[in-house]
Amino acid sequence: MDTNLLIQVVFYCFAVVVVGSAAVVVFSRNLIRSAVALLFTFVGVAALYVFLGADFLAATQMVIYVGGILVLLLFGVMLTHKLYDLNLRSETYQFFPAMVVVAGLFGVLVTFLIRTRWHAGGESGGVPTTAMIGGLLLRDYLLPFEAASILLLIALIGAAMIVRRRSE
Amino acid sequence: MIGLTHYLIIGAALFSLGVMGVLTRKNAVNVLMGVELILNSANINLVAFSKYSAGNLNGQIFAIFVIVVAAAEAAVALAIILSMYRILKSVNLDRADTLKG
Repeated sequence: MDTNLLIQVVFYCFAVVVVGSAAVVVFSRNLIRSAVALLFTFVGVAALYVFLGADFLAATQMVIYVGGILVLLLFGVMLTHKLYDLNLRSETYQFFPAMVVVAGLFGVLVTFLIRTRWHAGGESGGVPTTAMIGGLLLRDYLLPFEAASILLLIALIGAAMIVRRRSE
Repeated sequence: MIGLTHYLIIGAALFSLGVMGVLTRKNAVNVLMGVELILNSANINLVAFSKYSAGNLNGQIFAIFVIVVAAAEAAVALAIILSMYRILKSVNLDRADTLKG
């Protein structure tokens, strides 16, 4: 079988997984089901990163989103509902106005994405990016890198401060 | 052949779905999921532009910073949601309408 065709088939499979599971996240009434669908979205996005030749980002996506943020969201779902509350329902409101607005937004975005003649500077990919990203982070982007580490520290302390029980 | 436009359209679809989630949900955790979808769609765009600009890795660096900010945002937002649940006994965003809980 032609490798190119195989790549396209796999790509479209992952595209369907990403968009379909994102639709489940948004339209499902059950909170746990939304969280599990979000897992598939994150894994699918990691697969798209692999298609884009971003191996380091794919691994980062798996570790941080799937291993960190998703577990955090599940904690959030569990801690904000009674444990015997089996049907973790989430109400929706403004459904049809939002639907119209979002459909319009999507239509406009896709129209302009297709019409625009993107200035493509040639494809790249297939080379490992981790060493180059490390070099860039510690050379050209050293200041944003340090600022991001301070931001993470502030977020850590701030989150702990907000949730602590106040002893009065 | 898979081109830049394919990735951008997937990004647009994810972005629209994320906006839909933010607009229609009442549950705060669900709104947070919508925000994560929006951030992921932005990341797909950044990495796609990075690939189709002849090996320029700046887009991927930006995506890494977006992931960092998303992690910090998720932690702080969940702390706020837990605190709100403790005060209001609910995570319904309509009920969080006073400044001094």
